[in-house]
Amino acid sequence: MSRVTRFAARDPGPAARLAGFMDHLRSHGFRLGVAETETALRALDAVGAVQPDAVRRALKAVCSGCAEDAARFDDLFDSFWRNGGRVRQKVMPDRAGAPRHTRTSQTAEGQDSGSGGSPHAPEGGEGEAEAGGAGRLVASRVHNLMKTDLRKVVSAQDIHQAEAVARRLGEAIRDRRSRRRRAARKGAMIDLRRTLRASLATGGEPLRLARRTRPDRPVRIVALCDVSGSMAVYARPFLAFLAGLMRADGAADAYLFHTRLVRITEALRDDDPLRALNRITLLADGFGGGSRIGGALDDFARGQARRFVNGRTVVMILSDGYDSTTPEVIGGALARLKKRGCRVIWLNPLKGWTGYTPVAQAMAAALPHLDLFAAAATLADLAALDRELARI
Amino acid sequence: MAGVPPRTSMSDWQTLRNDLARQGYVATADLAMALHIAVVLGRPILLEGAAGVGKTEVARALAQARDTQLIRLQCYEGLDAAQAIYEWNYQRQLLAIRASAEDGQTGRSVEQRIFSEEFLLERPLLRAIRQPVAPVLLIDEIDRADEEFEAYLLEVLSDFQITVPELGTIRAVTRPIVVLTANGTRDLSDALRRRCIYAHVDYPDRETELAILHARLPQIEDAFARQIVGFVQALRKEELEKTPGVAEMLDFAAALAGLGVNDLTDDPLRLQATLATLLKTQADRGQVPTEVAQRLAGKAA
Repeated sequence: MSRVTRFAARDPGPAARLAGFMDHLRSHGFRLGVAETETALRALDAVGAVQPDAVRRALKAVCSGCAEDAARFDDLFDSFWRNGGRVRQKVMPDRAGAPRHTRTSQTAEGQDSGSGGSPHAPEGGEGEAEAGGAGRLVASRVHNLMKTDLRKVVSAQDIHQAEAVARRLGEAIRDRRSRRRRAARKGAMIDLRRTLRASLATGGEPLRLARRTRPDRPVRIVALCDVSGSMAVYARPFLAFLAGLMRADGAADAYLFHTRLVRITEALRDDDPLRALNRITLLADGFGGGSRIGGALDDFARGQARRFVNGRTVVMILSDGYDSTTPEVIGGALARLKKRGCRVIWLNPLKGWTGYTPVAQAMAAALPHLDLFAAAATLADLAALDRELARI
Repeated sequence: MAGVPPRTSMSDWQTLRNDLARQGYVATADLAMALHIAVVLGRPILLEGAAGVGKTEVARALAQARDTQLIRLQCYEGLDAAQAIYEWNYQRQLLAIRASAEDGQTGRSVEQRIFSEEFLLERPLLRAIRQPVAPVLLIDEIDRADEEFEAYLLEVLSDFQITVPELGTIRAVTRPIVVLTANGTRDLSDALRRRCIYAHVDYPDRETELAILHARLPQIEDAFARQIVGFVQALRKEELEKTPGVAEMLDFAAALAGLGVNDLTDDPLRLQATLATLLKTQADRGQVPTEVAQRLAGKAA
């Protein structure tokens, strides 16, 4: 193979290397435990770790757990095992920084010597290698500077407050129990008619009790948050709100959009709220850039909405309505979205201003499709919405 | 490592791939490798992907390739242990009780008789672990089942034993090869994902799809097959509600062959009629009027 690996000849052996690789994957959000390392070793043993491609496929099958993992795996594999990955050519020593526990701060942490593939001790080794040699070969620094670190925008306290607010809103929308009763496996009532019918098969002995219950009618919240330049001032309460919402409500879904649409649900579900924000920072490339509300909503209506939006969904759009696309697009997108039977709420921070009228063309085009158009610029505003939400 | 088990040769997964191909299933390298590892390590394999990419078919081909039985458990909302594992045959038990009551038998002997194997209805999971030859157990659309069932399934899949209170614990005679499929109706638990070998099945690329078409419908000549595959691939790029899968492509090809068409651009009317095999919603039909279909067909040619 022409590519040079970054392992020294005297490294502790394949098992340690693989453990290092698992750590590399873990730091990129793969959910892997010790058992997976063992499985991976056994898998390599089974396929005979000779051909790089076979090894890649074997590890991919063992280590990835969802479609996103599988899609990212090849790059991560290359970046760890081959110097041909996204290796930085310039040395940027900042090993002192970036404490290890914020595991998703990889972009700031990477410090592979990178000078044309000089040998490097792998992680998992002893001594020096352990102390600072762990290279996180991911995105380049140049890229990183373009991003806004969301941790500077939102504090942990914000998120805790927002969590409470999100809970309240969720409850306001959610509690819609049906009056009807429906056949169910477990339920408070016995369905006499079905039980009797079933008892015919067993000679009149009601062996199987059929039951009825009041069906739950859960309402899902899908929040789409605009993070374009004009919204930068409001990013703090809104992002905190999204983070809180995700933590308060296991079924909710969240997206960011600026010039494109990014699903951040998975990232926000991280146990550590700050780390969650950190992960979004990585996703929200282009934060504070231009806005393309219509396009993003259209993408959503055609794409994810098909999977995640149905008649029991409340779509919550957090945006100021200053759009660079034509207003027809936004109207069309919302009409398409409404066709799925969901309710659409638009929370506009500008509406709180005295004398505000939705003159922005996009906003005017959106209005006829909205179930609720309300003002929200701070967390307190959001909290005050619960009554209105209960009504829709 | 001293005393390693006999190491399989490194091209074993290629062999599996060829075996599958012989059964008419063209697997990608990633998928073949994942299957191979799952078989060798005795782990369940979780296949995820859009509807119609051939997830279920993998299990069928695998069973045929290994010349073993395919046991299928279709999951649905409300699937419970009685449907998935075992159930007592209540009707027969009642009959037996009445019959023995007339004979004057009562008590323990009757009880022992009605709670014996004879009155046990095997459902797929129990059946799968009691086969003399390891079968392929297909648990289809696991994401449709409830979370509690998923948890129960985890237990069965890790121990391969099932406890029937009246009979005791039934241990697996052979370990089935377990294939789970999911297409994202809900998120699966991490525990299940962790226990499984994972493979994501995507829409096949042009060459693979062509190979599939050749394997399934060999009577279609090469140039026309290329055209069909090109057309379907182009159609997938259109904005459709339901993207046509591989099965739909095969239906489409079969329909065209059945109508005696051998060039897509020949007869717009017939093409439009056969589109019924590919486009399954009103909106999608509206999205692809004759002109669009002709344009796509022209490009594919």
